[in-house]
Amino acid sequence: MLSLLPQSGTECQLAAGAINKSGTGLLTFLFKDLQMNILVCISKTPDTTSKISFRSDDTEYNADGVTFIMNPYDEWYALVRAIELTEQNGGNVTVINVGPTANDIIIRKALAIGANDAVRIDLDPADAYVTAANIADHARSHNYDLIMLGKETIDFNGSETGAMIAELLQLPFVSYASDLKVSGSTSTVTRDIEGGVEVCQVEGPFVLSAAKGLAEQRIPNMKGIMMAKTKPLAVVPPTVQNTRVRTSKFVLPAAKSGVKMVAPDNMDELVRLLHEEAKVI
Amino acid sequence: MSVLVYVESPKGHIKKTGNEVITYGSRLARQLGTDCIALIIGKADDPASCGLYGATKVMHLNPGAEPDFDSQAFTALIAEAAARTGAQNIILSNTANGKALTGRLAIRLNAGDVTGANSLPETGSGFTVTKSVFSGKAIARYSIDTPVKVISVMGNTLQPDASGSPAAVETVEIAMMTTKLKVLEKKTSEGIVPLPEAELVVSAGRGMKGPENWGIVEDLAAALGATTACSRPVADSGWRPHHEHVGQTGVAIRPNLYIAIGISGAIQHLAGVNNSKVIVAINKDPEAPFFKAADYGIVGDLFEVVPRLTEAIKKFKHT
Ligand SMILES: Cc1cc2nc3c(=O)[nH]c(=O)nc-3n(C[C@H](O)[C@H](O)[C@H](O)COP(=O)(O)OP(=O)(O)OC[C@H]3O[C@@H](n4cnc5c(N)ncnc54)[C@H](O)[C@@H]3O)c2cc1C
Ligand SMILES: Nc1ncnc2c1ncn2[C@@H]1O[C@H](COP(=O)(O)O)[C@@H](O)[C@H]1O
Repeated sequence: MLSLLPQSGTECQLAAGAINKSGTGLLTFLFKDLQMNILVCISKTPDTTSKISFRSDDTEYNADGVTFIMNPYDEWYALVRAIELTEQNGGNVTVINVGPTANDIIIRKALAIGANDAVRIDLDPADAYVTAANIADHARSHNYDLIMLGKETIDFNGSETGAMIAELLQLPFVSYASDLKVSGSTSTVTRDIEGGVEVCQVEGPFVLSAAKGLAEQRIPNMKGIMMAKTKPLAVVPPTVQNTRVRTSKFVLPAAKSGVKMVAPDNMDELVRLLHEEAKVI
Repeated sequence: MSVLVYVESPKGHIKKTGNEVITYGSRLARQLGTDCIALIIGKADDPASCGLYGATKVMHLNPGAEPDFDSQAFTALIAEAAARTGAQNIILSNTANGKALTGRLAIRLNAGDVTGANSLPETGSGFTVTKSVFSGKAIARYSIDTPVKVISVMGNTLQPDASGSPAAVETVEIAMMTTKLKVLEKKTSEGIVPLPEAELVVSAGRGMKGPENWGIVEDLAAALGATTACSRPVADSGWRPHHEHVGQTGVAIRPNLYIAIGISGAIQHLAGVNNSKVIVAINKDPEAPFFKAADYGIVGDLFEVVPRLTEAIKKFKHT
């Protein structure tokens, strides 16, 4: 597979050529060619049932007593598909998280599910830019064939980190992927778009964000949990610290004024209310 | 510091979401005392119509053939247009493509960005914009500190305002950058308004008992001109296609009207629909959690209530 190091299309081709001329036997070359080196970006979000509250004059999310989980799109789809690909063809899955020590719990879970090793960039990121910039810097010095993310985090629903990493590395980006097939250096991806799907073909390394359908959730087993304890987790300092966007305030939405009940045998009344009072039909 | 609005024009046609972002961009431009330029890439049947929604000028980049979507190539073009027009505020729709572009453009333009904004920015002192976070359980106010800003706007944030007049169009012939991505095929359902764009949605859950009963839901949707949706277990059991699944792990929507039929109202379901303007819940269980999130509630057997509602809608439409 191609390496991520090259920054532009032409250099990419040069790199591919270099592999071809490397003089290794054809068999080893073919074998190596199928192996994938995959980076999966994982994030931590409050459990879906968590109570949402704020502190410091509503400028900060109050994490007290909140259970955190690995973002479902990262865990269920991106990570599992990455593991499946390396199970089929060999290779390596590295998970990466930009976050504080407390995130080691979700990183160990990813290792228990089947990732080979992990990197934590030791910074509590305040915006998507600083997250993407640090991940891109890491990727520049490693030969990843594929960088996978979740389609969005379920707390802030940014859906922007993958696009940023792709632009920083000048790579193609396929968002909302619900199917991924890899054959040599060519990947075929189905992505969800409004009212349907689009099927794309990508040559060489790229960035993908995972949607439902890409894989089936895996529950870590006892063996996986034991093995995870000894798998390597490298903690590295951030390369970028500056942010571009600040969360200046949180507001709780206005409460519903209460439900108005309509008798089940009087649907004319419901239609009247929807027309005259709610003005939606 | 003008405002540049990227307007999607699938198959040459600008949809309501496109007109919404032009309206948004032109209001922002008015606030900032600058002009609003609409940017179209590819086929466009009526680019001058952007003026109706407040664009002062339209830049139409025409590559000849209809270009396939590639975030890398489109980012390069939008960034080029921003450079040419000196735009410092770039506005996009919060669609699948719009989101894939927003983060890329932010990097390309050294900009701060917000995806899924749900209000006009406050620009009095500084630049702040809000969006719905934590699955609709809170609203966050973001301050962007960089000179250039990129914002994708949630559908249904503003109603399109067509009170302007057609704008001058500058057409520029361009060549698309070649990249490592190729679109092989695009499959979209014709005729039906896709869920994220639908203003009226009729949705049903496990209370339907089985896929064979969906006729009454489809009849109601047809009478209203609504798009159909469903809860997750319904899609997971294969009763309905996956793209109909709404909620936290499915599509998040904010239509004007959401009618929930035989859906209990679990928190993960509500996460995707509680930004709807008006919610109607139909459930036989008076204790169903959905009634706490609804504006109108009907306690009753859906197999009786739904056909009755369809008749009432038909009657209303004929008078
Ligand atoms: C991490 C996570 C993510 C999830 N994401 C989603 C998501 O994105 N979307 C989603 O929908 N769910 C999601 N779920 C599942 C969610 O928790 C609920 O299980 C699901 O929404 C229930 O679907 P339902 O309301 O159709 O079914 P049920 O909970 O079984 O409710 C059926 C309802 O129908 C009513 N009913 C039955 N018969 C009749 C009748 N004859 N007339 C009238 N009413 C009747 C019942 O009173 C009941 O309220 C998620 C769960 C988890 C853990
Ligand atoms: N702090 C983080 N560390 C690693 N990956 C992250 C982090 N935040 C977000 N991501 C990845 O980016 C995806 C999209 O996040 P977002 O753009 O914030 O919606 C997530 O699903 C993760 O895969």
